Amino acid sequence: MVIKIATDVLIIGGGTAGCFAAHILGKISDYKVFIAEKANIQRSGCLAAGVNALNAYITEGHEPQFYVDYAKKDADGIVRDDLLLSMSKRLNHVTDILEKLGLVILKDQNGKYVTRGNRNIKINGENIKPILAKAARDNPNVTVQNHLNITDLKIVSDGSEHQTGQAVGAVGFDVNSGDYFDIDARVVLIATGGASGLYRPNNPGFSRHKMWYSPFNTGAGFAMGLRAGAEMTTFEMRFIALRCKDTIAPTGTIAQGVGAKQVNSLGEIYEHLYGLTTSQRLYGTVSENKAGRGPCYLKTDTISEEQESDLYKAYLNMAPSQTLKWLEKGTGPKQENVEIEGTEPYIVGGHTASGYWIDDHRATTVKGLYAAGDVAGGCPQKYVTGALAEAEISAESIVSFLKQQKQSEFSSLWNDENLKAGTEKILKEYEKFSANEEGLFSVESLEEAMQKIMDQYAGGICTGYSFNSYGLSLAKQKIATLEPLLGSLKAKDADDLLHIYELKERLLVCRVLIAHLEARHETRWHCFAENTDYPQKSKDWECYVNSKLENNEVKIIIRDLVKPGEVYEHTY
Amino acid sequence: MSIHIDRNLCIGCGRCSEVCPGNLIKQQPQPGDRHTKAEIKCPQDCWGCTSCLKECPRHAIKFFLGADVGGRGSILSYQKKGSSSIWRVKGTDGTFQEITVNTKEANKY
Repeated sequence: MVIKIATDVLIIGGGTAGCFAAHILGKISDYKVFIAEKANIQRSGCLAAGVNALNAYITEGHEPQFYVDYAKKDADGIVRDDLLLSMSKRLNHVTDILEKLGLVILKDQNGKYVTRGNRNIKINGENIKPILAKAARDNPNVTVQNHLNITDLKIVSDGSEHQTGQAVGAVGFDVNSGDYFDIDARVVLIATGGASGLYRPNNPGFSRHKMWYSPFNTGAGFAMGLRAGAEMTTFEMRFIALRCKDTIAPTGTIAQGVGAKQVNSLGEIYEHLYGLTTSQRLYGTVSENKAGRGPCYLKTDTISEEQESDLYKAYLNMAPSQTLKWLEKGTGPKQENVEIEGTEPYIVGGHTASGYWIDDHRATTVKGLYAAGDVAGGCPQKYVTGALAEAEISAESIVSFLKQQKQSEFSSLWNDENLKAGTEKILKEYEKFSANEEGLFSVESLEEAMQKIMDQYAGGICTGYSFNSYGLSLAKQKIATLEPLLGSLKAKDADDLLHIYELKERLLVCRVLIAHLEARHETRWHCFAENTDYPQKSKDWECYVNSKLENNEVKIIIRDLVKPGEVYEHTY
Repeated sequence: MSIHIDRNLCIGCGRCSEVCPGNLIKQQPQPGDRHTKAEIKCPQDCWGCTSCLKECPRHAIKFFLGADVGGRGSILSYQKKGSSSIWRVKGTDGTFQEITVNTKEANKY
């Protein structure tokens, strides 16, 4: 069955940014909003288990520029100052909204937020996602369609060769019933998150999904944008988290919370030898392991019993597996230092600068398509509050966009013959996977193959995240051999269909990622992009590496840095 | 890393299936019973977020660590009482450890 929907605003992905954008749209407009969510907005996205702190906040005595400078330094200059500044200016404002919505934030006796370091504030974030979900549902103009997986944007082309088209809806299917959805929208906000599962994970067996980033964030937003001709930026700045061994639980809570230092197996503190940016902290650990001084730990054996007890609670509020591990083993962090390891690499715009190439209004290079949160590039270290800030900015931009468009113009766009034919083609593809005969390969086996290729040739865990040009060319060839095998996969049910599309998305993201890694001839960020052919940082690469898909080929675009004080604008 | 659903306690209300961020929990019809039972379709696809534990009205869902990440057979359960979240670890020897978190209190770290 094909279900037709018409709405003013389509939000793809009801996670952190998507829910908050729906909430803001309700406050500033009467537009109809339709949230298409693959799971259920109640707990979907990155915040399912909770979050320990708000990591992006302008603390007393600091200005938004302080946060911009921090994020820029951490990314060694390859950021968009304009995006970081417009985000940073709203961090405290969105925090106030979160508190009004019901988030518990720790305050001192004077009613001021208690800070952790000079950018973080302390919260009880276990229920942060249900709070955001309720805020979205409370907008009376919002329709939430849970369990709807969007695969493609609907793009009207004006026929000219260089002009990207306009986003006027999307196509997807219900992951339970298998019903197809054909959605007409006047404007689309993409908030699907980043991409995990590209590389072989830390725990490739039974606990394969015990990973840092949500295993259900599969790069769908990147893939549908790329296929629609959208420009992406800085995929080569991969994110790799330094985490507690096995449970892949956060380390910041221990490192910043109780001041634990990184030590090697000899008990030597090593972190100061390598530097303290996010990638350097990871690089230090990788280097100590390579030098034979691993495994590495956070030195917690000097903490008090009270601190240990508080850590148990803190982890239950965001990563319960870590507390379970301590309790079940019978040795907590006071008795035993906490072993740490690097995760597999992810593409995630909330931590590094990877994602859609957007302007300060959070408009992508496709008309009518906006992006917020982990899917949006150029603006790293956004974390939860930064994603909310981007959601608010994009909601305001969407209202301005809709005010400039006549309602009547859209019916002709939605009725465009080429658009209808494109939608038919996508629906036929869904049917084809269901009609296929069962073949030799399963989605799972192709996913395993993809992750192995990326791990071995494109800088995964097994090489300590390093790669060279030759290996990348092999990765490119091998990934290219997997893409044709997709077509023969059989979807026995809607779950299978979902997994086929998730694999399709990941394979495209891998292809674009490899092209980005090949393009940047330097090593600016250890581990994140460790190119052994070009082991040094180079002034020649103080630029953005961007990309788009042209005739299904990845085209690399080098762009000059947007200087501090400048605001980048699209020229379409 | 996964969950275990106690079939004897499950009433087939479907709340876990609804909330799972990975769409992993399915309601299976039971022969001779008008109620369904929840089953996790692919245990290795569980992220370990414990959303289902928090939704289950009968506390039928427990959480455990896979042996590959150091699991030794203990199970973690969750219960909400007023503003308290009660987490309980049951060891393989039958002993319990309990931690209560006040949901109105922020983390100290």
